[in-house]
Amino acid sequence: MGGRRFASFYWLSALFALFVLFLYGPMVTIVVLSFQGPEGGLTFPMNGVSFHWFAKLWNDGLPNVDIWSSFARSARLGVVVMLLTVVLSLMAGLAYRRGFTGSNALFYTVIASLIMPSIVVSLGIGLEFRMLDEAIKKHAPAFLADGYDTGMGLFTSALGAHLTWTLPFGLLIMLAIFNRFDARYEEAARDLGASRWQALRHVVLPIIGPSVVGIGLFGFTLSWDEIARSSQAVGYLNTLPLELQGQTTTVTTPVIYALGTLTTAVSFAVIAVALGTILLLRRRQARRGSDVGKAMS
Amino acid sequence: MISKVIAEKGLPAWAQAAPLALVFALFFLVPLLLTVVVSFWNYTEYEILPDLTARNYIEAFEGCARRLLAASPELCTTLKTYLTTLRISLTVWLITLVLGFAIAYFLAFHVRSLTVQIVLFLICTIPFWTSNVIRMISWIPLLGRNGLINQALIKMHAVNEPVEWLLFSDFAVILAFVHLYTLFMIVPICNSMMRIDRSLLEAAYDAGATGWQTLTNVVIPLSKPGIVIGSIFVLTIVMGDFVTVGVMGGQQIASVGKMINTQMGALQFPPAAAHAVILLATVLTIVWGLTRLVDIRKEL
Repeated sequence: MGGRRFASFYWLSALFALFVLFLYGPMVTIVVLSFQGPEGGLTFPMNGVSFHWFAKLWNDGLPNVDIWSSFARSARLGVVVMLLTVVLSLMAGLAYRRGFTGSNALFYTVIASLIMPSIVVSLGIGLEFRMLDEAIKKHAPAFLADGYDTGMGLFTSALGAHLTWTLPFGLLIMLAIFNRFDARYEEAARDLGASRWQALRHVVLPIIGPSVVGIGLFGFTLSWDEIARSSQAVGYLNTLPLELQGQTTTVTTPVIYALGTLTTAVSFAVIAVALGTILLLRRRQARRGSDVGKAMS
Repeated sequence: MISKVIAEKGLPAWAQAAPLALVFALFFLVPLLLTVVVSFWNYTEYEILPDLTARNYIEAFEGCARRLLAASPELCTTLKTYLTTLRISLTVWLITLVLGFAIAYFLAFHVRSLTVQIVLFLICTIPFWTSNVIRMISWIPLLGRNGLINQALIKMHAVNEPVEWLLFSDFAVILAFVHLYTLFMIVPICNSMMRIDRSLLEAAYDAGATGWQTLTNVVIPLSKPGIVIGSIFVLTIVMGDFVTVGVMGGQQIASVGKMINTQMGALQFPPAAAHAVILLATVLTIVWGLTRLVDIRKEL
């Protein structure tokens, strides 16, 4: 490619800049508008600058919705989804390195889950739990059936629905990591007498650590924003994005922007923590991982 | 004895994969199977009846043939909905493909430092980790009747009345899809491009190929796997969507996903399941057609 730039470089740079503006422009707009003065409306101009709408959100929430409960529910679910996504993907990733019967079938099932229209997954899980409810009400012994309402809920059906969306990302990242993983490090550890567990704990995990943090990032953020798959499978109590989706047309004050700014801030905080951790782990690797070149300096 | 074997050899591989497999069995395979089964069941206002009937499929397209073959042919609601969905999907696919390809090309070939590459890549990815609904809502102050764009247009005397079709319209839906999902094109295409041996490009250049010829004869063929994977992502997401179409279409535009969602809201599960099966068949046909072009497993 040499030193000189092709003409395409300049207009592609311009396109990229426009694309970034397109990505972030709207987001910046609502963040700015959420600091709208008390008299301000949903659009520009800004009518003063204030924390009025944040205060209103904090004190009153949204009309007809207990927004803070759904906020807490979403956060709890996000953490559980994140942990399960990391642990299950990691275990399955290790399994794929050794190979097992049915590994291909599982791989294609996971891919299928990733590209399956979410509404179909949601409908299916909704149906599954309804049929389970019916069966329990009709056939289960009295002590179980009495007072039984539904098995659907945040940590049953909604958790499952979220996992069908986060786990494919987790597993694909794991497979990509291990495709590039140099197995000789592990072999060396084993040759030096490390047990399987020790080799995993002291050699494999530190090397793949940054990517595992990445999986966690996907797990939490995808769950925190998930609507399509949980819409029919969440039970009585909605998560935050589901409530938000219902409020888009009914709320006509900047309080919805304040909530938008807040959830975006949570996402950004999580992203920052994850990226920071990844950077930290990388530094640590660079510092401790290799003594190449040290003899020279 | 067993614990000793496990301590020495670790869990057997299948047992390590079992929890993940179990999740997909319980929350993906069984639900899918139930959807197909229920699509052949009967129903009343109050309950679904285990039965074997083609009623849901027949009713889905009831009157379609008659109206299509009538003296003044017209489309029935179902066909119209499917066609709208297909039209939106294809438009979004085309735009995200061209845009995603250009961005991926820039990242893969024009950015020379790895650090800058990673930073720019992150800039593209970060919005993906934030809320989709918020990203949709954030278009309202820009596109609305009194939004920034209309304010600007009126100030410039380009229009006298605010433009109405900017928000709650096909345009808004397509814009939001492009906004949300171009990343799904960028990542796989960029991944393919990063693997292209740079000396191939130099060889093409040395052999006298123009930039355009290098693009069409070298870069595009070698980026095909990424293009296919990105296309699968975008098409399947848009085909089954009901959230974006709902929010950005002002709940006025019908898509297949939205139709299914509405039927479920009315507790009409068997017809919803039938539409889900039809949607699934459509999507699988598209995916099958696209995967004939590439082996996904090799691309990780």
